Amino acid sequence: MQTINFLKPNRDNIKNYSIIGSFLVLVSLIDVISNAFLKINLTSFLPGSLTTLFPLIIGLIGLNMMRIDYSGNKKLDLLNKNINTNNFNALLTLLILFSIIKALPQSLSWMIFDATISGDSKDACTGTGACWTYIKVWFRRFMYGMYPNEFHWRINTAFILVIALGFVGYFMKENLKKYLALYYVIIYPVIAYLVIYYLISGGSFGLQWVETGAWGGLSLTFIVSFFCLIFCFPLGMIFALGRRSNLPAIKYISICYIEFWRGVPLITVLFMSSVMFPMFLPEDFFMDKLVRVIIAITLFEAAYCAEVIRGGLQSLPRGQYDAAKSLGMGYWKMHIFVILPQALKLVIPGIANTFLALVKDTPLIFVVGLAELAGMLALAKTNPKWLGFAMEGYIFASIVFWIICYAMSKYSYNLEAKYKTER
Amino acid sequence: MSDPIIKIQNMNKWFGDFQVLKNINLEVEANKKIVVCGPSGSGKSTLIRCINRLEEHQEGDIIVDGNELSEKTKDIEKIRAEVGMVFQQFNLFPHLSILDNCTLAPIWVKKMPKKEAQELALDQLKKVQIDDQANKFPGQLSGGQQQRCAIARALCMQPKIMLFDEPTSALDPEMIKEVLDAMVSLAKGGMTMIVVTHEMGFAKEVADEVIFMDEGMIIEKADTKEFFANPKSDRTKLFLSQIL
Repeated sequence: MQTINFLKPNRDNIKNYSIIGSFLVLVSLIDVISNAFLKINLTSFLPGSLTTLFPLIIGLIGLNMMRIDYSGNKKLDLLNKNINTNNFNALLTLLILFSIIKALPQSLSWMIFDATISGDSKDACTGTGACWTYIKVWFRRFMYGMYPNEFHWRINTAFILVIALGFVGYFMKENLKKYLALYYVIIYPVIAYLVIYYLISGGSFGLQWVETGAWGGLSLTFIVSFFCLIFCFPLGMIFALGRRSNLPAIKYISICYIEFWRGVPLITVLFMSSVMFPMFLPEDFFMDKLVRVIIAITLFEAAYCAEVIRGGLQSLPRGQYDAAKSLGMGYWKMHIFVILPQALKLVIPGIANTFLALVKDTPLIFVVGLAELAGMLALAKTNPKWLGFAMEGYIFASIVFWIICYAMSKYSYNLEAKYKTER
Repeated sequence: MSDPIIKIQNMNKWFGDFQVLKNINLEVEANKKIVVCGPSGSGKSTLIRCINRLEEHQEGDIIVDGNELSEKTKDIEKIRAEVGMVFQQFNLFPHLSILDNCTLAPIWVKKMPKKEAQELALDQLKKVQIDDQANKFPGQLSGGQQQRCAIARALCMQPKIMLFDEPTSALDPEMIKEVLDAMVSLAKGGMTMIVVTHEMGFAKEVADEVIFMDEGMIIEKADTKEFFANPKSDRTKLFLSQIL
């Protein structure tokens, strides 16, 4: 008869150990689940503190028994390698599992089972769960801000147009490809600006003028992020090259610029753009608050982009510069054809990082009175009719931001894979 | 006797306080092949990097094809286009295919039509026997193939002078031969070449003159046969006894 040795599981008695071990883990999980979901305490016969510790002890013994090196069973090896390497990791695994299980019933019932979504006023929300009615009623405000309801189609049309224009690059003919950079850096932003100006602002072609103070919600997040992203990248590139220039004037101007903007907090920049900046302008010269904010964020983020791109430039071996020079290429040809294509590839993760931070910084424009998505939430939660639903609003906003940012980071991974070259 | 295509007079160069090149005098006539050898750190690479001004010299004159190289030289790119260079580490552009590596400079520097540039590139690639790899990327080729591609890339600019900076030092012994073969056939075609190398076999086969450098100075400069048969200075004798 085989003797079961608790201290030394090995390959010979793998079956006994893995079956008993997984059975013990299963028991511990069942105990926790029944406790959390069904409110039944299976171990109530045990004295006090032992009841709470019971699943932990049983689970640990189970995992300990399952820990067999090179068992030959693929699933078991995978499990042991990743979450069951030693007793401490096994303990952490169990604790994490248990806390997820314990947290699930409450959050599920709050978010889904006890939640309300019907009705169109606060009175509908009588349950103990979340009040999604709030999001439903305010949805248009969260999307479009104070923009008049009957004109929302103008925002939608403008966005569809801008997105469609963004895809032009994919369908460009081969012989026009060399103008791609020119299109995206200069022509596209201008067209996008005109589209947004004439469609969303209106004022001509029989469209009623809507001032930028009324813009808001997610659409404003998009507008601000879009223009800042599209402008800060080329600007950052210029300053990155400038900082590495041999000409002292250009070099020190770039250094001063970068260090200045990296040294000040965005929130003060935004304040200055809306409060101080107009004082320096001639009296008859008017610049819209939104434009000022976009310029401020662009200048701010360009400094960060510049440093990220400079990192890429510095990581290229000197031989690449030598080779390009020895072929008779001047500064610009060398950078456009040899250096930048390689450096920009290397900095895709860093640029994506900066861009994600930028998108998540846009809520700061609330301090100058522009209410994008998070700003609208802050306004809505102080509405006397809808007091007490801040939680739902913030959850909604975080989900929306998460979707946007996750999509961006996925896209950056794709770009990385697409432009990967072997060295 | 024709005018020398490269003329270096009393040239001195410092890296900070350290003098790398001391009073260099050198004349190279067109179609001549010069091999530069010497221990590492002797300034061989720096010397040929000065010839297309990848390094700047502080004193003396360097005249390449009638143009003096100095801070005032405006069209340094034009001079560089006339002087091809092959590096120890190949320095191919990893983001471009072999063919694009070769056509990039002719198209954008020489303004050659794309088709013509591609024909020229394929022709040059054929000469170094890698025309079948034209659409691959540098990372997919062996070291020897990459170096031959680098030679073809430099030749696509149709230079008057070719500089080689230890072209075989980063290669496996098996691959050295294929690169040297390409260089020998180029030499036989009448190109002006300055080659920094430790391959004495190559020097014996193609060089008209051999220069021996040590500690930033040209110690000895002699016809190839003379150089190997009876070297004059003791330093050269010592070097040759170690390397041969």
